[in-house]
Amino acid sequence: MDTQWEILVVDDEEITRESMAAWLREDGYLVTTAASGREALDATRGREFAIYFLDLKMPKGLDGIETMMEIKKLYPNPSIVIITAYATVDTAITAMKEGALEYIVKPCNPQEISLLVGRIMKVKNLERENVLLRQQLSGRYRFQDIISKNPRMQEIFALIRDVSSLRSTVLIQGASGTGKELVARAVHFSGDRADKPFVAVSCAALAETLLESELFGHEKGAFTGAVSQKQGKFELADGGTIFLDEIGDIAPKLQLDLLRVLQERSFYRVGGSEEIRVDVRVIAATHVDLAEAVRQGRFREDLYYRLNVINIRIPALRERLEDVPLLARGFMERLSHELGKEAREISEGALKRLMEYPWPGNVRELENAVERAIVTCKNRTLTEADFQFLDTAVPHDQAWTVPEGLTIDELERRTIIATLERTEGNIKEAAARLGIDRSTLYDRIKRYNIPR
Amino acid sequence: MNALCLLPLGPVDATVIEMLDRRLSERFALPVCRLNGAVVPGDAYDPVRKQFEATHLLRAVRAAAPHDRTTVLAVTMEDLFIPMLTFVFGQAQLRGTAAVMSTARLDQRFYGLEFSPALLRQRALKEALHELGHTIGLTHCPDRQCVMTLSNAVQQIDEKGEDYCRSCRILLADTHRVPA
Repeated sequence: MDTQWEILVVDDEEITRESMAAWLREDGYLVTTAASGREALDATRGREFAIYFLDLKMPKGLDGIETMMEIKKLYPNPSIVIITAYATVDTAITAMKEGALEYIVKPCNPQEISLLVGRIMKVKNLERENVLLRQQLSGRYRFQDIISKNPRMQEIFALIRDVSSLRSTVLIQGASGTGKELVARAVHFSGDRADKPFVAVSCAALAETLLESELFGHEKGAFTGAVSQKQGKFELADGGTIFLDEIGDIAPKLQLDLLRVLQERSFYRVGGSEEIRVDVRVIAATHVDLAEAVRQGRFREDLYYRLNVINIRIPALRERLEDVPLLARGFMERLSHELGKEAREISEGALKRLMEYPWPGNVRELENAVERAIVTCKNRTLTEADFQFLDTAVPHDQAWTVPEGLTIDELERRTIIATLERTEGNIKEAAARLGIDRSTLYDRIKRYNIPR
Repeated sequence: MNALCLLPLGPVDATVIEMLDRRLSERFALPVCRLNGAVVPGDAYDPVRKQFEATHLLRAVRAAAPHDRTTVLAVTMEDLFIPMLTFVFGQAQLRGTAAVMSTARLDQRFYGLEFSPALLRQRALKEALHELGHTIGLTHCPDRQCVMTLSNAVQQIDEKGEDYCRSCRILLADTHRVPA
């Protein structure tokens, strides 16, 4: 018997609520009583009870069902038992429809109420145990905002801990959606710069001249539209960390400017003559193979070596499938709360389905899939059926024939064009459907010269 | 428990009171006093249910106690109820000094069976120890043999033993200074 659980007994008749409370206390439960719906709401604000016994007919103010509706606004899934002396099918149906767990007619047999309380408490104990186990698990496998029990990811956590307080430049490599920014944030927020700014810049999202001004700032009149002086991201990040995402996509001139900042820790604003010195840790990320880009002459070798002081390569989600259940549950808990939905569980069948899917869009795609399943799910448990859309997301080999001579680039270009058409040019939606982030999509649009 | 008094409410089988006096005195190692019998308070009677409301009785019992620190166990032949439930065998103040128990449903005749004085006394002892356990601070015990296990039917009373289980005895001895 778990003496930690608290029960709220709400009845306008003193003898009824006090005798019921006494009877439950003899069973080892902590019991609070309330004489009205209002009192009940005051009692439960900030404190959820394991069971609410609510009398249906209360002459003043809220009745039992109205009180239940108010409690349900405070807690998503309270265990409410409606009590009444007037047994009518209509009220029973109303109570159950509105979300009561049980409906009992007083007086009831002591055995019946003992079994009811025992059954609810058993579920509550299991739920509590489940939450504790999950907290332990996610605590053990959590580093900052990253969850993983994969050995390579655990090595990355250890590396982050080791380098977090150094000023050395970090280069994070990984496919789109693997969580490069999360790793960058983990480096920043676990080190001694944690209370200083963390400034993220997506290098793929902006044209070359705009990016230059974005990074280094500009003086008034430096170019058309520069109506006032503006601080760049490097200045804003002074004392902290700048995160340069999609560094592999920057133009040669900017590569040179960046090299200078890394070497000299100083720069000039666009159109400015004053040298600005900053103390900034640089973390860069890319989904492209920078070493290969260097070999092909698309990326400066000296900049590559300046950036690649500490290298972190994040595995794709299909290389760490053991993380899928942990991640799916983590997303479900956060997103169901954010979306105001009641999805609390995920079935074994659904997890199996998720483990079988190749996740080309990596963790971000998984997050999007869980979000979509929560939105469309009608129950507390996400099942395999809620992830049926994954079957159409990646066509089976037999359902789709690869055209002769199709290159990967052409395939990517066509996919992006088709998706943009379907989303009527909505970049955010298209990126979500493609399982890539917006900056990557902008980059591809630019690379393939896709008209918008 | 400092002192214990038995209070018959209305007519009660004298052999039951005799037995409780002796067995409770032995169990708790203290003298048991017997209060003069009192009538069952009429305002506790529900004419529709033809039963007495236990919480009303409990309050009356407390008022009849000779001393604040004396525990009073009232015994009645009337059937008891609380509004939420069809009946109760008894009720006690948890960590308090008043308890009330009914022998109505402990009697085989209630179920249309032949009267068994020995069975009535055996059940009455278990019920008395159970309610007094509550006044000392014990809650229901998961051990089905323990006298503190919850009994919602007379069969469950028959199935359990006549004493507290080991862990309840330790609680009684350590926390409540009752001989184990």
